[in-house]
Amino acid sequence: MNASRYSMPGFDSGLIDELLLDQVDSGSRVIDLGCGDGRLLARLRDERNCQVLGIELGLVELTGAIGRGLSVIQTDLDRGLDDIPDDSFDTAVLSQTLQEVRRPTTVLREMLRVAQRALIVVPNFGHWRVRLKVVQQGRAPVTDALPYEWYDTPNLHVCSMHDIRDLVEQLGFFVIREIPIIKGRPVERAWWANLRADSALYVVERTGE
Amino acid sequence: MQEVPLSGPGVRDCHNRDRTASADKAHGLARRRGVIEPMAIEMSTTNPADDGSVGVVETQTVTLFEPPATLTLAGGGRLGPVTVAYETYGTLSPERDNAIFICHALTGDAHAAGVHDSSDEKPGWWDDFVGPGKGLDTDRYYVICANVLGGCQGTTGPGTTSSDGDGPWGLRFPFLTVDDIVRVHAGLVEHLGISRLLAVIGGSLGGMQVLEWAARFPDRLRSAIVLASGAKLAARGIAFNAIGRRAILVDPGFNDGNYYDQDEGPRFGLALARMVAHITYLSEDSIELKFGRRLQQGDSFAYDLTRETEFQVESYLHYQGKRFVERFDANSYLFLTRAMDYFDLASTHGSLTRAFAQTEARFLVTSYSTDWLFPSSQGREVVRTLLDVGRDVTFVEFDSVYGHDAFLIEHAQLAGVVVPFLEQTFARGTNVP
Repeated sequence: MNASRYSMPGFDSGLIDELLLDQVDSGSRVIDLGCGDGRLLARLRDERNCQVLGIELGLVELTGAIGRGLSVIQTDLDRGLDDIPDDSFDTAVLSQTLQEVRRPTTVLREMLRVAQRALIVVPNFGHWRVRLKVVQQGRAPVTDALPYEWYDTPNLHVCSMHDIRDLVEQLGFFVIREIPIIKGRPVERAWWANLRADSALYVVERTGE
Repeated sequence: MQEVPLSGPGVRDCHNRDRTASADKAHGLARRRGVIEPMAIEMSTTNPADDGSVGVVETQTVTLFEPPATLTLAGGGRLGPVTVAYETYGTLSPERDNAIFICHALTGDAHAAGVHDSSDEKPGWWDDFVGPGKGLDTDRYYVICANVLGGCQGTTGPGTTSSDGDGPWGLRFPFLTVDDIVRVHAGLVEHLGISRLLAVIGGSLGGMQVLEWAARFPDRLRSAIVLASGAKLAARGIAFNAIGRRAILVDPGFNDGNYYDQDEGPRFGLALARMVAHITYLSEDSIELKFGRRLQQGDSFAYDLTRETEFQVESYLHYQGKRFVERFDANSYLFLTRAMDYFDLASTHGSLTRAFAQTEARFLVTSYSTDWLFPSSQGREVVRTLLDVGRDVTFVEFDSVYGHDAFLIEHAQLAGVVVPFLEQTFARGTNVP
């Protein structure tokens, strides 16, 4: 377990890649924050003909991305993205990472500075199992989807689907789409999503148009 | 004066370090930042000397810029013919698409790898990085390294006989810039029948040359690898160079640069220049780790001001200065540090954006966490501009305790990113415009 590894191989990372691929226009410019070994970016480049750039902190992951022929900038997301010019991308991707950065608001603002649109995948701490653990045991929750002890977790922030929506709106951005992921399946417009979803994908834009 | 090499009989140049202790420290730093670094672990367990070597090599020379096609330098002077000393390793492919050019740093030379004869105990300055299976794999690539214009290791410089036949050039040698150095090397590459290099790679002053290559000859390289360098030398770098030059200029042996027929020359000044410069290549951590306040002999002070090598760090610097005088020319040091001071890619080409606007080359830019001569901000400035003009750029900030010297020491770490970068660049084909 490595607290500063932004790209954790999630239990349903393959599925999330597919979901993200679906949200990206062919031939567009994509930046992936915490790109890991560049698996998603390589697919975007090869299957969607996208122009891609990765941001990654870990040297091992970054080396993997270089090995896929990708361009990668080694940066700590908590430092901001000051090397990346305004509007230099169409889409910025942040998968399973927002809860791990020190200042989620800064990262969100930076994403929507460098790109028109942000794709964000966040684990849902509002899931009923998480709630049940807290209520039943009176302890910080450890579940299959969130398998970390409180003192040794990359998740610096605990947030539910409601919380993410609130934050996006508070920053003056707009949630264009919200796709809850329930038991490894994307279920758009799910009932009781905040209780049932393990994580969710958000499409966030600067303007609501 | 005692001048004892601290690293024991194994010492061969300024870049020998107490690898084990510092490598452990590097792991500690890496752990604290939570970065997994198998490369660093590998570094402490393998002995680079056991790896493949390019074997016995010979420095070759070629004469370029024969009159009337002489070289006009940035300072206005003209020079020709120009002799260039160079070495090559590996084999040029029939397609001539696997050539890599190494730009050496301030005091380097053409002898990057291998040995000059089988009894030679001291291999080239980048032998740990250049050879079969190494960072620049000579089984796959054809690697070229050449001494810089104005140098003193075979290429025309202030110590060579002037074209007017009136002894060595000395300070009459025409003023030269990084741009001039690169144009001479481009002439060599052309002479070798290579129209497009797979990569140009270099650190420090070598990195400046790489950037100049990309700006000046945008279609003659497919990738640019810039290590521990920047698009200009910052004020602090100029300041340290100024001290070095001052030390040489005030040495009574300097004699306005006309010392070639004398026994000594400005040896004290040149040694002092090296001592000062050497400090800028080390980091706070590496100098503490290596020397601390340890004394060279015994554990009590001598209370004797004439003993200049009482602390280990003093002894080390004196030793470095002495070794340097044996292999380097003071006039070359003056010319080359000035070329480094003058280097400012933005001003030469109008702006950094314009400097990078023409090239299709892929860039790999690296900096080192404890380098204070070329801090990461310098590398990031280059990266930011490259991204701004839509270039293909990868940036890595390595964790290392070795300061500026890290690019000459952390071979495994560097190879970890350079090897896949070169493979991918090579795989893309030549795309000759």
